[in-house]
Order: sequence, then structure tokens, then C-alpha cells
Amino acid sequence: MARTVTTRRKTLNTAFAWAVGLLIFFPILWTILTSFKTEAQAIASPPIFLNFDWTLENYAIVQERSDYMRFLWNSVIIAGGSTILGVIVAVPAAWAMAFVPSKRTKDILLWMLSTKMLPAVGVLYPIYLLFIQLGLLDSRGGLVVVLMLINLPIIVWMLYTYFREIPGEILEAARMDGATLKEEILYVLTPMAIPGIASTVLLNFILAWNEAFWTLNLTAVDAAPLTAFIASYSSPEGLFFAKLSAASTMAIAPILILGWFSQKQLVRGLTFGAVK
Amino acid sequence: MYLKNALRAATALTFVATAAAHAQTITIATVNNGDMIRMQGYTDNFTEATGIDVEWVTLEENVLRQRVTTDITTKGGQFDIMTIGMYETPIWGANDWLVPLDGLSAEYDVDDILPAMRNGLSNDGTLYAAPFYGESSMVMYRTDLMEKAGLEMPEAPTWQFIREAAAAMTDRDNEINGICLRGKAGWGEGGAFITVTANSFGARWFDEDWKPQFDQPEWKDALTFFVDMMNESGPAGYATNGFNENLSLFQQGKCGMWIDATVAASFVTNPDDSTVADKVGFALAPNAEGVDKRSNWLWAWALAIPEGTEQADAAKQFIEWATSKDYIELVAENEGWANVPPGARTSLYENPDYQAVPFAKKTLESILSADPNNPTVKPVPYVGIQFAAIPEFAGIATQVSQEFSAVYAGQQSVDEALAKAQAFTAEEMEAAGY
Repeated sequence: MARTVTTRRKTLNTAFAWAVGLLIFFPILWTILTSFKTEAQAIASPPIFLNFDWTLENYAIVQERSDYMRFLWNSVIIAGGSTILGVIVAVPAAWAMAFVPSKRTKDILLWMLSTKMLPAVGVLYPIYLLFIQLGLLDSRGGLVVVLMLINLPIIVWMLYTYFREIPGEILEAARMDGATLKEEILYVLTPMAIPGIASTVLLNFILAWNEAFWTLNLTAVDAAPLTAFIASYSSPEGLFFAKLSAASTMAIAPILILGWFSQKQLVRGLTFGAVK
Repeated sequence: MYLKNALRAATALTFVATAAAHAQTITIATVNNGDMIRMQGYTDNFTEATGIDVEWVTLEENVLRQRVTTDITTKGGQFDIMTIGMYETPIWGANDWLVPLDGLSAEYDVDDILPAMRNGLSNDGTLYAAPFYGESSMVMYRTDLMEKAGLEMPEAPTWQFIREAAAAMTDRDNEINGICLRGKAGWGEGGAFITVTANSFGARWFDEDWKPQFDQPEWKDALTFFVDMMNESGPAGYATNGFNENLSLFQQGKCGMWIDATVAASFVTNPDDSTVADKVGFALAPNAEGVDKRSNWLWAWALAIPEGTEQADAAKQFIEWATSKDYIELVAENEGWANVPPGARTSLYENPDYQAVPFAKKTLESILSADPNNPTVKPVPYVGIQFAAIPEFAGIATQVSQEFSAVYAGQQSVDEALAKAQAFTAEEMEAAGY
């Protein structure tokens, strides 16, 4: 009897999980489907789900109009660069907060997080002027630094949470064996926190990939990433939904594939320390 | 040996790099719409003729506005040409942020630019941007539904006729709404439409002393009329409908009438996208009975050169090419007269080939009847029809249009919205020193 209840509950849980998953994925699925429609089919009412003449015309037009590879490469450099730089800065910071906390550590952590609450547009002009002075406008290097700074509080918080799960005695033992601080972080702490670091890297890579305020406002031609690529297909005067969907699908495809192949790592990292 | 080869290679590379550095490239920020995208396709013609390369930064309208405004106010120098509208041009020209477009060649024929466009893109008589295409607004209606309703659309209808016709054409069972109009919040969306509607009821944004006028009866008449008509004959949820939503409804045969930008005429008559392409008629934008001012606006997307660019000459060359008579002929030759950028040049409307395009005559009449210096019947201290060309307007009008959209959504009354609009605008104008 108890087994029947458990099975039913499992089935219900599975069905619920699938329903939530499909609900979350539906907008992406709809975008992908729309990218294969004509512009007239894209705005048809009632909406057409699968029963339409599939066409690759929108992809051909997008390919012809835009240099997709240039945008993609910029996205890879900017998202990858900012994430790597962020982790390099955040690992020592999170180590200090997790293993050598002071009375104000919690306050510092909260203060770091509070910087995320400032609307980005509030600092647009100061950052823009700074970029002009430093000659960083429309440069990938400038964006790497800005996105790293924007995501740094999240990276530090995540790493801090993972590091707190690692017993401090292990690091103490390493120190007693003569490990220097650098060796302690590089050869003892980092390998133990690999799942956490991996999920932090992945999550921040996705955040940087999708960042659309700074990447649109600080780039023009040379450093424009895929967010600018999508923005060039959006129009308030004229219906270009099918082309916009094709551009969006091309922009999210790399990150979807990356997420798909890394999902085990991501889940493992996000649940790291949840069950002891 | 290796060292020598390396030196030779380095020298050769230096020469190549130097040559590349001398090849001129201009960067243009532009908006994503059909005409601009078409122009990008012809850029090679310009490059072949002049040797100047062109890099395009295409953005959605609102993103573009924020992007170019940030750049020009900080002298960022990211763009050699900016695509801007009639709202920005006189303000930026007055601030000396734009290079005056004087000294244009004789064959460019600057006097051929439609006077309304030229005035709207000038400050103190100096032209600061060249119109790539211009638009007004007009009535687009379904000829078959009008006939079925037993009515005939006048050349120049009144709002009262439009309301009656809308009610007669409405067929809820068949999902046909008598009229589709913008209700979406935003100064360039629903805000623009209600402003021109108010103009045609005799209302104005400000009196001669820059005092807001939302407490005057004309605004109440206009807003009440609009809300009542849309509740009777408009689509459900019109409070969130903008240009694209109404275009979609009209193209699918779900609107009896649509009053909006003249540029939409080419979309609704295009059989590839519109199910009613062969059943569309055109008329001038309406006015309220007894008010000698119609509800048509005036807008142009224009090309301007920001002050501070190091390539002003090359930029001017491009603008001359892109807004020339020759460019119009180039597009007509390759894609037909219905696809040329409209609303910028007088000669286009004198061309018999273009006169054969079904919406050409009404577009021209609408543009010619729009007067940015006298947008309504009473005198005003500002220039602009669907906007007042002052820097504060965009922020104020966005807030005001949000209040009006709340009325359309049934969240507050007309009186409440007008009272809030009056108080907010008065406060902002006072803070701005008016």
C-alpha cells in the first residue's frame, strides 16, 4: 500500500516537474518554431503551432545581412574573459571570507550584494565618460572588465557558500605540512571546490552572455556581441518577428548547447553541500 | 636569414597596415526598419563610387535613441552619422551638437526636400539633418467592410464619422473591430497618437507661458471621445497595442479602420504579408467637427553628423548619396516605385510613376498639411505636432501616456488621469525652469 502511494507521488512529481520544465522552455520553443515561419505565419491569429510550411529563409536573410561569426566570437571572448577574470579575483576574496572571517565579513558580503541593486542606467554616464577617457569604448577588454565587476558579487557569494562547506581543518593540515597560501588555495582548496567553481563559472558565463545593457551601450562595431546582433532585428515599426526569432535562435543556440552538456555539472554544483 | 625574412615580413605588414589605416571607414548608427535595411543593401554602390567603406550599427528605435544620445552628449565619437528624428534634430542643432548641412552640392538640390521636412529638421533656418524618409498619419480602411456598412469614406472625414463608421463595421462574432488605434504607453507610441487626436479637438500641451493645459475642456473632450469610441469598436486590450500590434490585426483582416503612420500603407497593401492587400482605401486623418486642424502628425528619420567626428566630409558625402534623387531612382529601378523611401522629396510626388502608387497622393497631402509650427488651433510656444521639441518632453510625455493607458485599461477615470497629468507636468516644467 505504502509502495503504491510512493509510486503515485513519484509519478505526480515527475509530471509536475515536466510541466514546469515545459512551461519554462515554451518561450524558447516558440521562438525556435517562429524562426521557421514566414512573417505572415509568425503573426497569424490563432497562432500556428506546427502546421506550417517550414522555411529556412529567415536564417538565410540573417546570414546575408549580418556577420554572425563576428558577433559570436565577441560574445565568447567577453563572456569567457569576464568569467575567468572574475573567478581569479573572487577565489582569494571568498577564501578570506570563508576561512579568515572578521566581525564585518557578513556586512561586506551584504554590501557587495547591495551594489547589484543599483539600476545600471544610474551609472551609465560615469562609466561611459570613463571609457572615453581610457579609450575603451567599443573594445572587448573594456567590456570584460565591466561585466566582471558586475558579476563579481555573485561569484564571490557563490564561492563563499561553497568554501564554507569545506572543513577548515583540511586547510590547516596543509599549512602544517608546509603549504604556502598560494599552494593552499591552488592545490588544496580549489580541487575540493571544483564542482562549486564549475557551476559558478557556468552560471556567470550565462549571465555575461545574456547581459544586454552594457554590451549594447558600450559597443558599436568591433566589440558588439550577440545581444547587439539580436537588437538589430527588433523593430517597433514593421513586423520582423520571424527574422528576429531566427536571430534569437542563432544567439542562444551556443549557450543552450553548452548548458545541455554541462547540466550534470551545473546541478551538482548548485546542490553542492546541500546533502551531507 | 630568418631575421632578414622576419624583418621583410614586418616591413610589408607595416605597409599593409598603413594602407589599411588610410582607407576611410565611416560608422553609421541606424534604426531597424525596411527602408534603412534596404539602404544597407545598396551601400556597395556608394563604396564603389567613393572608396569610402561603411560600417552599420543597426538598433531598435528605443535602444538607438539611448545609444546615440549618450554618445553625443558625452562626445564619445562612436558614430560618424546618426539616424535621428524630428524631435532630436532641432534640440541637438540648437546645442551645437550637430554639423550644419550647408554647402550641399547643386545637383543634390536641397530645395527639393519637402518644406515641412526641411523646417522640422532645421533650427534657426539651418538644416541639421537630411530626411531619408518622412511620414505623416492617415486613415487606412477596409473598402469592402465600408461598403458592407453602407457608408462611403470622405476624402477628409471627421471624428464623428469615424466613430459612426467604426460602430457600423464592428462585427464581434467575426472578430472584426471597427477601429484599431494605439493605446500603448510611451511618448512615441500611444502618447503620439493621443496628442494628435487632442490637437484635432483644439487642445494643446502648453499655453504661450508654458503652462500645461490638461485642465482645459478640449483635453477632456478628446480623451473621453477616444476612450468611448475604442470601448465601443476597438479591439480588446487596446491599452497595450502599438504600431506593430495594430499592423498585425489589420493585416489579418481584424480591423475596419486603422489610423497610423503613412509608411504603414506599403505594409497593408503588400500581398505577401497582408490578407486584405487589395481591399484598402486611404483618407486624411480626421478632425473634430468645427476644429480646423487634422490629427495627422509629421515625422522623419533623418541622417545627421555629430559634431566632433573626424570624418565630417565623408559623412556628408554619404548623406548626399543616401538622400539623393539618384538613390530613389536606384531603388525604384531594382525594387519598384512602391518601395522607394517616401515623404522626403517634392520631385518624387511629381513623378508620374510614383503617382500611380495607390497611397502616394494621400501621403503627400497628409505631409503637406502638417505644420510643426502650428500644431493646433491655439498658439503654442513649441515646435512639433505629436511632441513639443524641448528636452523635457520625452520624459514628461512618457509618464502622461502611462496615465492615459491606465484609463484605456479601465484602471482609472479620464478626470483622474488628466488631473495627474496636469500636476506632474506642472511640477516637471517648474523644476526645469519654465
